[in-house]
Amino acid sequence: MPIHDQGYRRYGGQRAPRGRAWAVIAKAGIRTRLGQRAFLALLLLSWLPFLVRAVQLYAAANLPQAAFLAPTPGLFRQFLEQQGIFVFFLTVYGGAGLIAHDRRANALQIYLSKPVTRAEYVFGKLAILMAWLLLVTWVPAILLLAVQIAFAGNVEFFRGNLYLFPAITMFAFLEVITVSTAMLALSSLSTSSRYVGILYAALLFFSEALFGVLRLVAGNTRLSWISVPFDLNQVGDAIFRLPLRYDTPWPLSLAVLVLLVAVSGFVLERRVRGVEVIA
Amino acid sequence: MPDSEPVVALVNVSVAYGATVALRDVTASFAGGAVGLLGPNGAGKSTMLRSLLGFVAPTTGHMRVLGLDVAKSPLEIRSRVGYMPESDAHIPGMNAVTFVAYCGELAGLPPVDAMQRAHEVLFYVGLGEARYRNVETYSTGMKQRIKLAQALVHDPDLLLLDEPTNGMDPKGRDEMLELVRDLGHNKGVNLILSSHLLPDVEYTCDQVVVMDKGSVAVNGPIASLKQPRGQVFELRVKTRGANIEAFIGSLRAAGLDCHATDEDVMRVFVPGADGARRLFAIAAAEQAQVRHLRPSVPTLDDVFASAVGEA
Repeated sequence: MPIHDQGYRRYGGQRAPRGRAWAVIAKAGIRTRLGQRAFLALLLLSWLPFLVRAVQLYAAANLPQAAFLAPTPGLFRQFLEQQGIFVFFLTVYGGAGLIAHDRRANALQIYLSKPVTRAEYVFGKLAILMAWLLLVTWVPAILLLAVQIAFAGNVEFFRGNLYLFPAITMFAFLEVITVSTAMLALSSLSTSSRYVGILYAALLFFSEALFGVLRLVAGNTRLSWISVPFDLNQVGDAIFRLPLRYDTPWPLSLAVLVLLVAVSGFVLERRVRGVEVIA
Repeated sequence: MPDSEPVVALVNVSVAYGATVALRDVTASFAGGAVGLLGPNGAGKSTMLRSLLGFVAPTTGHMRVLGLDVAKSPLEIRSRVGYMPESDAHIPGMNAVTFVAYCGELAGLPPVDAMQRAHEVLFYVGLGEARYRNVETYSTGMKQRIKLAQALVHDPDLLLLDEPTNGMDPKGRDEMLELVRDLGHNKGVNLILSSHLLPDVEYTCDQVVVMDKGSVAVNGPIASLKQPRGQVFELRVKTRGANIEAFIGSLRAAGLDCHATDEDVMRVFVPGADGARRLFAIAAAEQAQVRHLRPSVPTLDDVFASAVGEA
């Protein structure tokens, strides 16, 4: 008989209370991506605009010749809009496979055979994508606000534009939640992340192109609500108290975004199951 | 849960996938220890296991697992149950030890304990040396083992094993059956082994529930089901004009159960005593020559064949 039996032993330790599985899923997903150099490179690249804006704020605060670079509320709106390109690439790269890969590997029945609810699974996956997207939108925008205060050496600009903090937060979360739920829903529809990525890009570009055509035909921009990126622009302008760029009422654009989130939730509810039933 | 209460109980459970009925009014109970869930493909075994986990909601009836109602406490049940699915399943992009530890954490184990148990369980299932390899590079047999490891990592009170030897080579199959037998008999883990392979169930389990076409055909302790309630004979006959079907028809008309085997010998179950005399009498009446007649011992194959009506 061996001195120490390496066979199966019963477990007598503590077990975590239920309801934390989403955090386990999110943590594992984030750790997996952090191990990928290409993804890290994309993340670093997405912080370049922040550096440029920080230099701009430094110059405006310290060089009299650069007074024309003085910050305005529009600067933060522009920054978040510029980050849209990185939001797109991160969504495709980091989000397309979130559920598609699990479906390909039949992992859903592993997840759901554990004490994990479908909502926890979806929320865990959502948290992964949201974490990355907030890292390139909300975090740098808020940091930019802090950098402005630090370089200016006073809080005059911040005090004069107190709405900026909630505006940045509202817009960043609206964008991230909309984009993340839509991508997650698309990811649940296929087992191929490549196909999901292409589908996501096609939907965005097609809706933008369709709006471009309709704009020419109708001679106005009242139909901008058919394109999600334009809906985000419209609502973003309203949140930042800037002149609206399209004729569509911003509540309509917001309603479209809310509807998209609701439809994505419905798709996820239908697709995330332990057993795929083809009746 | 009182000792006398079954580990799993189903009462009038029916499950349908659209128009296809997978389970028909099933009432069954699974005692503690190792229980085999036996049946041909499409009998409803996997559906039953999935229903017990709450993956599929029954259209009628109710189920209890470890004394808990499946409809009311699915999460509590899943925290005490380990499930090894039939199909290839893993979390993509992870090596074996990370995958198993992750499953442990999902089941509620603290990260350090989950990692420690992942190492232990991987050694137990025979993947100790390959535990740092990506699961996607595993062979079919190794994938079966890793599925067992993820089902075991949180130390379940009940294991649901769905065709655990699927796709394994003979050596790997024997090792897997040895593991299952050890878990059920030496490690105090209750288990339900779903299989269409009689030898697997006979080797690892003490009790069996035989399913056919979505219903329970027979259930009970294997030893008791194999108890002779008559005599079993191996029989080979030569009939006039090769009319073997008529001879089998006569056997059945006389109340004898008759099943073909892989060879040209049939197994005939004769209720009561004086079986050989009755067989000779029927053969004489049918003008068939008895070429081979040997008393045999009832096996689980006979129980299975009798239950599912195989000819």
